[in-house]
Amino acid sequence: MRRILFENAFSRALTEPAPNADDPELAELAGQLQHGIDRIFGGSLSIRQVDAGSCNGCELEIHALNNPYYDLERFGLKFVASPRHADVLLVTGPVTHNMREALERTYNATPAPKWVIAAGACAIDGGVFAGSYAVVGAVETVVPVAIRIPGCPPSPKTLIKGLLALMAAKAAA
Amino acid sequence: MSFAEIAPVAHHHPWPRRIVDAGYWRDIAGRLAAGEWGFLALWGDTGAVHLAFLEATTPATVSVATLPCPEGRFPSVAKALAVASRPERAIRDLFGLEPIGANDERHWLDHGRWPGGRPFAAPAPGDAEDAAGAAPGLPPYRFLDSTGPGLHQIPVGPVHAGIIEPGHFRFTCNGETIVRLEERLGYVHKGLDRLLAGSTIERAAKLAARISGDSTVAYSFAFALAVENALGVKAPPRAEWQRALMAELERLANHLGDIGAVCNDAAYAIMLAHCSSLREQVLRTAETAFGHRLMMDGIQPGGVAVELKKEGAAAVRGLIKVVRAQFPELVELYDNTASLADRTVATGRLDPALAAAFSAGGFVGRASGRSFDARRDLPYAPYDRLHFEVPVMTEGDVNARVWIRIKEVEQSLDLIEQILAGMPTGATTADLLGHIMSTCEGLAVVEGFRGDILASVRISADGTIERAYLRDPSWAQWPLLEAAIEGNIVADFPLCNKSFNCSYSGHDL
Ligand code: SF4
Repeated sequence: MRRILFENAFSRALTEPAPNADDPELAELAGQLQHGIDRIFGGSLSIRQVDAGSCNGCELEIHALNNPYYDLERFGLKFVASPRHADVLLVTGPVTHNMREALERTYNATPAPKWVIAAGACAIDGGVFAGSYAVVGAVETVVPVAIRIPGCPPSPKTLIKGLLALMAAKAAA
Repeated sequence: MSFAEIAPVAHHHPWPRRIVDAGYWRDIAGRLAAGEWGFLALWGDTGAVHLAFLEATTPATVSVATLPCPEGRFPSVAKALAVASRPERAIRDLFGLEPIGANDERHWLDHGRWPGGRPFAAPAPGDAEDAAGAAPGLPPYRFLDSTGPGLHQIPVGPVHAGIIEPGHFRFTCNGETIVRLEERLGYVHKGLDRLLAGSTIERAAKLAARISGDSTVAYSFAFALAVENALGVKAPPRAEWQRALMAELERLANHLGDIGAVCNDAAYAIMLAHCSSLREQVLRTAETAFGHRLMMDGIQPGGVAVELKKEGAAAVRGLIKVVRAQFPELVELYDNTASLADRTVATGRLDPALAAAFSAGGFVGRASGRSFDARRDLPYAPYDRLHFEVPVMTEGDVNARVWIRIKEVEQSLDLIEQILAGMPTGATTADLLGHIMSTCEGLAVVEGFRGDILASVRISADGTIERAYLRDPSWAQWPLLEAAIEGNIVADFPLCNKSFNCSYSGHDL
C-alpha cells in the first residue's frame, strides 16, 4: 500500500483538462438554455441522479464522471444523496409508469430554484422504449426539463459539457 | 413414457422443446426441487408456460418443457422450487395465467399503474376489477410480516441515495441487525416482452442490447445466437471471435469497476480510484476498437456491426499490458488490508446449499460452490477452442465474491490474448434473410459478467419476432441477497448488495 501511495504522490494526475468555452458541443448544449458560455468555472451545482427506468447504461457513464479522468467535483459539481440538497435532478430512462410517482415526488422534494436535466435518448423522448404500455415517455411529460443531453448513453464528456452549460446559466440567472 | 421419450417440437434449436401435460410438468418441478436437474428459466406465452432446465448429463444439456394452459392456469412450480416464485408472479402479471398452489399470490411487476392492464391478455371477466382498477387499482403491497419485541422497519427506495437503479428494500431490524430483508422490484419495468413481440429482428436486437446496459454485449450475443440457432445460420468465424473479444472486454470492465466499488462501500476509496481508472481505460479501448464505450449494438444477428481493425487490436493489446502491470498490485492491496478484510470476510454469506437450490449463476453461484459457467458447460464458439479456468470457492461471503471476480479478471486477460492471437480472417456478417421460411425457434445461453443469460426467440414466417424472452441471471440472485443479508448489520448492506450487483433493469424487463 505504501508503494502505491508513494507512486501516486509523484505521478501525474490522470484528470483531463476541462472543455474550452468555445467547444462546439458545449455551445450547442448551452444554446438550449438561451445562454452563452463566458466562463467555465464559477459556482457549484448539487446533483441528485434519478433513474426513472433506464437500462443502466446511462448510470454507468454518470458513474464514470467520478473517476479520476473526469473528476467532476473539481468543477463544483457534486452528487448528493437527497433531493432536498439538490439544485439539479439528472434524470435518465423513459420514465416507466412504475417510476412516475417516485420521480414526481423527488421533483417536489427538491427546493427551488431547480433544474431538470434529461440525460440520454430515453429521457429525451422514450428512446427505443417509446410507445410501450409500461412507459410514460420523455421526462418532460412528467416534470419540466431545462436541458437535454443526447446519447445512448451520453458519454462522460458530453455529460460534463451539459452540466457546465447549466452551471453557467445558473450563475447568470 | 419418460420425458425424454416425448417427441420434441419441430424447428426448435439447438436443444429440444417438448409439449407436456400437467403430470410431466409436476414431475419436472419435483426433479428440479430434488436437485436432480438445474433450473434455468420459467416464462409465459400466450396460453402456455415454458420451463427451461439443465439436465445433469455430461456434457450438460438444456431442455424446454411447454405446458399449454387452455384454462389459464398451470400447476405452480414455485410450490416446490422457490426460485420459480417471482417468475410465476411475473407470468401472472403479464399473461394472466394463474399458478395453482403457489404460496405467494402478490403481484410482482404489476404495480397497478399500467393504463391498459395486462399486456398480453385480454382481461377475462374475473379480472375486471384488476384491469379496470389500474392506478390506483391494486391494494397496497403487503410486505411479509416480521413480528417480535424490539423490531423496527427501515424502508429504502425506490429512489436510492447513490447513482443506482431504483428498487425498494424493506428491512426489518432488531437494533442494528437485519432480521429480514424483503425486496420489491418492478419499478423499471419497460414492457420489453411486449415491445419485442412483433418487431423486426433488427429492432429486437436493439431492444435486447438495452435490457441491461452493463451487459449489453452479453445480451446482444445471446439474442444473436438464439436468432441464428432458430434460422440455422452460423455467424462467420471472425465474427464469433470478435464477439468473444467484446464479451471479455465487457466482463473486464464490470469486474474492475465493481471490485473498486465493493471496496469503496467498505470506505476504502483508493481501490475505487485505481479500479475505476482501469475500467475507464477498458471503455476507451472499447471505443477505439469497436466505436462505442459499452460496445452497444456491436453484435448483431448474423455477425458483428464493426470490423476490428489493426489499431483496435493494438489498443486492446496495450490495455492488457496496462492491466497486467497494475492489477496485481491492487490485488495485493486488497488482500493485505486488514481493515478491508474485516468488512468483507464472513459478511453476507450465501450458503452453498441455497446457491445450488436456486441454480445461482455467475460469481454469486461460483463463490458459493456452484461450478457453472455457460462458456465451459454449454460451450459456444469460440469458447470451445479457448482455454480458461472457472474459479470456484465455497465461503460464499463478500470476500469470496470479490476473489472470484479477481480471478475472472485474470482469466479474461488470458482469454483476450488467446482471442487476439487466434482471430481468424474473413467475413464478419452472414445473411439471415434468405433463411427465413417458416416459424422457427431458437435458444441460447451466454455467460455475461453477472452470470448466464438465456435467450429464447420464436420467429414467424414473415421474419418478425413472435415471442422473445431474455432471462437475466438476477432472477435467481436477487432472492438470495435476501438470504445472505440476514443477521448482518444494516451498515453492511451496501457492501453485500454491491458484492451481488444484481440488475434491476434486466430483471424488471
Ligand atoms: S439512453 Fe440508452 S443507455 Fe441510456 S437508458 Fe436509454 S437505452 Fe439505456
